[in-house]
This record gives sequence, structure tokens and C-alpha cells, in this order.
Amino acid sequence: MKQITVISGKGGTGKTVISGAFAALAEKKVMVDCDVDAADLHLLLHPEIKERHEFKGGQLSVIDEVKCDKCGKCAAACRFGGISPVFKVEVFSCQGCGLCSRICPRGAIRMKEKIAGEWFVSDTAYGVLVHARLGIAEDNSGRLVSRIRQAAEKIAAAGGADYIIIDGPPGIGCPVIASLAGTDLILVVTEPTLSGLHDAARVIELAAHFKIPAALVVNKYDLNPGVTEKIEAFCLARNIPLTGKVPFDKTVVRAVVEGKVVTEYPGSPAAGEIRKIWDLLKD
Amino acid sequence: MIISVASGKGGTGKTTVAVNLALALKDARFFDCDVEEPNAHIFLKPRLNRQEKVFIPVPEIDTAKCSFCGKCGEVCAYHALAVIKGEGGHQGEVLVFPHLCHGCGACSMLCPQGAIREVNKEIGTVESGSAGEISFVSGRLNVGEAVSPPVIRRVKEYLEPSKTAVIDAPPGTSCPVICAVKGSDFCILVTEPTPFGLHDLSLAVEVLRKMEIPFGVVINRSDIGDGKVEDYCAKENIPVLMRIPFSREIAEAYARGISLISAFPDFKGKFIEMRARIGTLLESGKAGR
Ligand code: SF4
Ligand code: SF4
Repeated sequence: MKQITVISGKGGTGKTVISGAFAALAEKKVMVDCDVDAADLHLLLHPEIKERHEFKGGQLSVIDEVKCDKCGKCAAACRFGGISPVFKVEVFSCQGCGLCSRICPRGAIRMKEKIAGEWFVSDTAYGVLVHARLGIAEDNSGRLVSRIRQAAEKIAAAGGADYIIIDGPPGIGCPVIASLAGTDLILVVTEPTLSGLHDAARVIELAAHFKIPAALVVNKYDLNPGVTEKIEAFCLARNIPLTGKVPFDKTVVRAVVEGKVVTEYPGSPAAGEIRKIWDLLKD
Repeated sequence: MIISVASGKGGTGKTTVAVNLALALKDARFFDCDVEEPNAHIFLKPRLNRQEKVFIPVPEIDTAKCSFCGKCGEVCAYHALAVIKGEGGHQGEVLVFPHLCHGCGACSMLCPQGAIREVNKEIGTVESGSAGEISFVSGRLNVGEAVSPPVIRRVKEYLEPSKTAVIDAPPGTSCPVICAVKGSDFCILVTEPTPFGLHDLSLAVEVLRKMEIPFGVVINRSDIGDGKVEDYCAKENIPVLMRIPFSREIAEAYARGISLISAFPDFKGKFIEMRARIGTLLESGKAGR
């Protein structure tokens, strides 16, 4: 079984459109949407939820106003500004480390477990999708990603799947690291802009840091042939295989608006190129 | 006045709006808080004259003092420490996983043997300088590091209350965004008129409502996709501050790292107007909330 993470560094380069198309093209696979902050794959795959699980992630301090005698030890020890001058917990600052609850001389602080989100196992027209929804303004996206990847690995092993296809989040921080740790290949989707190249380079560096092979796709390559050339030169210099160049294609926007994967539009030039990329990747 | 620019979904044009707003205003201060993928420097081309490293304190165990009691492993909420107790003549071991450490200090403070001291670990850098009249600060998380809020907080230490500050926030709805937009007087949410854009916009709106920060929306590539973002804003009483149409010329300028205002000077007026409108919205209490 092979795990492929589709990722981009910079958001909005077309990563989810490409993952969605892979869902339609790959035969025996499990799909995972690891962009738990702002999951979008379900808008193309229309999952029917079969299993729903709570995700408990992290903790929050709760101060018992009766017991608290405002000695100030907690506020002085907290490095995140989690306790306000009037001894209220600042919910957007508290990182749930629990130090205050351990040092409070009056035992006035307890830690409350937070329900930080939900995750789902669903059926779609293209097979199983494991996805999640991180609670609004919640922390711990990395742990939620690891949780759903574990669930997907189990399902894939039980069903004899050949691939796990992971739609990753933007950036290079904790949810991204959790999305690519232990995968067999990362496919970086970029666009021909200087920002796209800058961000793709950082993700590729991250893949190298974790010793995971990376390949690249330039999406909407014809929007700026000059920068596409720069990206090609970059790939050559770094020895990164360029698996394909997807042309700008209005069908892609139409497909997103209609909530479909782009391969459902037979004449679409973008779909044709993505099909070629999948054929390359699959072996 | 602190104006942050955010978006639930990445790639909607957040940096474009932030950069051009700063360029349109006189003597604005710009803060790139998208520290995982900082891009504003590509467009503002600042001259940087200062660089400082950002550190977080991580534990270092003095094995001579350690009794392998297990306390530190128990108190660390992030599983950054694991204690292997000694057995059958073998000495124990304390494993430290620095990339999981949030630098909370619990382990060093609570170790009964005083066996833990904190050492600084570099996780990123903050650079500052100026781009014309704009003063510029940008944070950058080192590749391989997982925790970006300490870098964002460091960037925000450069904020000066007397001047207009524009913050380019990271995409998404979780901790890094919250850290970046916290304390803003107003937040501009940038989106595009597609189901992806709408879905992620509605999540970002929930975040701002929870944080009680007034906001408005900019619709980028406003003539592609469908009309559902407009409908949503109308229904939710969210002001649409600006619409930027899709054009190949705009996309091309962006691709080459040229700001909208330098390529199309007409936009300057629109950004100045938007800034004025934000002021009126705040005064009249008509901003999105
Ligand atoms: S709390 Fe201190 S003594 Fe106990 S295992 Fe950790 S470092 Fe060693
Ligand atoms: S400082 Fe806090 S987060 Fe870091 S290892 Fe110690 S207890 Fe864990």
C-alpha cells in the first residue's frame, strides 16, 4: 500500500481539485482530507457520513472563583498570558499546559478536556473518505490529522486498498508535518507565481527534512510561462520530478461551482493532464 | 488602528489585499504574520536592516541529578518528554522531543530534583526594515518546526499603537490565525466566489464572531464562480468592502511579484476608500459582527 500526500505550501493552488480527481481515477484507495482547518474535499465528493467520532484535543484551565484567593502565582508562571489580571482564563491564549493547576496553592484550578472537533468515516461515489472538522478557533490540528490518518490506515489495510490519498493543509507547520510523516510520496501542487514557487520550495525542503520523496505539478502553467520556466529550472536543479503541467481551464471553476470532480467533464484539458499525472504516480 | 487581513482558505488574495492596503496608506506599518509561508516581501521588496532569531525554551535533563521519577513525563501536556525508569542495573533515561515542546516551563518548575534546565532552541526569525514609507516586519518559521505562534507573537511585539498597522495573517481557522488576528480593531476577510471560498469564509466568520472582532469581506476574482458569497454576505449583514475582478493582467503582475497598485494605479483610490469605509463602519457599528 502506498500513501500519497497532495500538498502545496501556499493555499489556493488547486490541490483539492487534483486530489478530488485522483479520487475518481485511483481504483482501490481510501481518501483522507487532512486540511482539518478548512476542509473542502467534501464539497466535491459529497460524502454520506457512516461514522461520527468526537475528537478530544487539549485542555483548558477553569478557575473556581470561590476557592481562588487571587495570590497571582498562576498568572506569574503562565508563559502564554492565559490568566487575566482579574483571574479569568483567557480562552484564546490558554494553551492547556496545566502548569497553573499544578502550582495553585489552593487547588482552585482544574483542567477541563475540550471537545476540539469531530471526525467522520463516509461513503462517497468514489469510495471511502475519512475527514474531520476542527472546532472553530481550536488548537491541536496536528493531532486530529494523525487521528484520521490512523483511522484511514486501518480501513485501507482491512479493505486491501492499494493507495491512501491525502489532501494536505497549507503551510509547513504542525498539521502539515502530521500529514506527510510516514507517507511514500508527496505531490506538491504549485502555480506559476513567485509566491507559489517560494512556498513550494519550503514544502520540498520540509519533505527532504523528513526524507520523503517529492514530485511537483504546476497548475495553470500557461498563465505565466516565464515563471513556469523558473519552476522547471528549479525542479531540474533540485532533482525533483516534474510530473505534469496542468493548463488553465475554465472547466475547473465550473466543476467546483457544480460540486463535481473535474474528470467528470470528458473534454476538459485539465482533466486530461491530471489523468496522465495519476498514471505516472501510480507506479 | 490594527487591521488584519485573513482568509479561511489560502490563495484567495489575502497578501494582495494586505500589501496594497499598506501601499495605499501613508506611513503604514506592515506585519507579515503568515510565518509558515511569508510572501509579502516578494511584493513590497523591503530593505531589511535587522534580523533576530526567535527561540523557545526547551528542557535539558541533567542525568546526574535525575532520579527517573517520571514526574516530568507526567506533567508535560504535549508528550514532549518520556521517562524510561531504570531497571536491573540499567540506568533510566529521559527522552526529550523538542519539536513537540511548547516551552510552557512545567517540567523544569516541577522536577523534584531540580534536574531540568531550559535551553533556547531556535524556531524562526523575525526580520524588519522598510519599503519606501512603509515599515516592514516579517516572521519566518524554520522548516521542520511545528509550532508557529511564538514567531507570530514575536512579530506582533513590534506593533505600535499610534500607527496604522496591517497584519497579513495565516490562512485557516486554528491557533496560528487566532494568534495573528487577536487584538485587531478590524479584520478584512478575503474570499473568492466559489463553493470552496464560501465554505471557508463562513468558518472564518465564525472565528471572528467568537473573538468579537468586527470584520468585512473582499471578494477577489469576483466575476468567476457564482453569486452565493454575495448572497451570504447580504444575509449575514456583512459589508463587502471591495470586489477585484479576475483579469489575466492582474494575475500576471501577481505572478511576477508586482503589486496591484504599481501595475494598476487606479486601485490606489479604491484601497484608500476602503480604509475610510472601515473607519465609518466601526464608528457606526455597521461592520460585520
Ligand atoms: S521530573 Fe526530574 S527527576 Fe523526575 S524524571 Fe523528570 S527530570 Fe528526572
Ligand atoms: S516546557 Fe512544557 S511543553 Fe516543554 S517539555 Fe517541559 S512540560 Fe513539556
